[in-house]
Amino acid sequence: MTAGGTGAPGIAVLDYGIGNLRSAEKALQRLGADARLVADPEVASGAGAMVLPGVGAFGPCAAALRRSGLEAVVRGGVEREVPFLGICVGFQLLFEASEEAPGVAGLGVFPGVVRALPPGVKRPQMQWNRVDRRPERHSATLAGLPEEPWAYFVHSFAPEDGEDVVATCDYGGQVVAAAERGRVWGVQFHPEKSGSVGLAMLANFVRATERAGSARS
Amino acid sequence: MRSVRVIPCLDVDGGRVVKGVRFVDLVDAGDPVELAARYDAEGADELVFLDITASSDSRRTMVDVVARTAEQVFIPFTVGGGVRSADDARALLRAGADKVSLNTAALAEAELVSRVAEEFGSQCVVVAIDARARREPDEGWEVYTHGGRNPTGRDALSWAEEATGRGAGELLVTSMDRDGTRSGFDLELTRAVVEAVPVPVIASGGVGSLDHLVEGATVGGADAVLAASIFHLGEHTVSEAKAHMAARGVTVRPADPSAR
Repeated sequence: MTAGGTGAPGIAVLDYGIGNLRSAEKALQRLGADARLVADPEVASGAGAMVLPGVGAFGPCAAALRRSGLEAVVRGGVEREVPFLGICVGFQLLFEASEEAPGVAGLGVFPGVVRALPPGVKRPQMQWNRVDRRPERHSATLAGLPEEPWAYFVHSFAPEDGEDVVATCDYGGQVVAAAERGRVWGVQFHPEKSGSVGLAMLANFVRATERAGSARS
Repeated sequence: MRSVRVIPCLDVDGGRVVKGVRFVDLVDAGDPVELAARYDAEGADELVFLDITASSDSRRTMVDVVARTAEQVFIPFTVGGGVRSADDARALLRAGADKVSLNTAALAEAELVSRVAEEFGSQCVVVAIDARARREPDEGWEVYTHGGRNPTGRDALSWAEEATGRGAGELLVTSMDRDGTRSGFDLELTRAVVEAVPVPVIASGGVGSLDHLVEGATVGGADAVLAASIFHLGEHTVSEAKAHMAARGVTVRPADPSAR
């Protein structure tokens, strides 16, 4: 699959200078996708699909995304309805704001804010947890996965519940695990670190990317 | 829901696994990448690579092992042993390790914990604490380095608190009294550290049976249990360990691939 734009990969894993982003790239490549870390906004904006990873804290990640010039790329991609996947803090950045960094704006693709995990549980949640689908919502992200998929979570904050939420996990209460709005998908867990379940989920994204690509051409 | 992670630990010497002998069907039983993939397939929740030579040459070899593992294994893995500087940590994390484990170097210079945590986030920083019980009861545990040979004079609980305060996201606590004895974790040590710090604690040292893994999670209160020989020597698979733990009421990610 090729996409418009000089040298743009099918799937751009947005590299805005934070942490280890290589695992997301490797997992997608393992699935045969034309995926690559991209730091150059011009190249990224030509990609057929985008992945926004993220580790660490909301504030520094939001600042790094702005500094890198990739925030506009994210906004443009969402507007053009290219398949988009936010992972962990990359998912959180798609909301309006976070309790972790008062005064720092998120991208507002999903309505609502990111809040601290419920009291009475260890923070961060650093473990595998069962992902519970919302019975009334079809989830493209989780399509074809086992009935009770388990995924690897590392986070102290999570988006608040809302109409886009397709799955939760139980951690001191219901915690948002995945949301979808059109072609924008977001997961609080790390699919690139969630073994066979995670790869199956990423394969859903790769297929959605291919469908979108052939619809455009 | 709190679940307990099961973590096989691979000792690596010059890029080769030195204890894994049971997988006779592997193309190369000493290849850390192949073993890691096997443990992943068995349902391991996470892996720890411990570089036991830790010369400067072997550190470079380890970076290569990490890069190859990251291409083929999609569960979290930690690399420890000989991580002496922020540069070492950076090289391993950039190559694809999810976490680095700091031990001797962090004791020599606690600031290293803060530096790595600030640059990469606390979730990347494990501090490994090797401890022995002091002679008198109620005197607690002392931190040792160099495989339990060198006492540091530091109290294990106060070091656990300091390391966590400096940004360690997780502690890997090994009882040097129990390591290699197969007589079970030092459950008092495990419990004491769990109660002293807010971050997840991995219990290590002394596992000789599957019941020991259960005790580490229940009596010890550990968030994860680490073992080497019971898995490497072919006594038990990770999948058996998880079934055993689940049957005794410990919540674990099911090892059966159809359930995950």
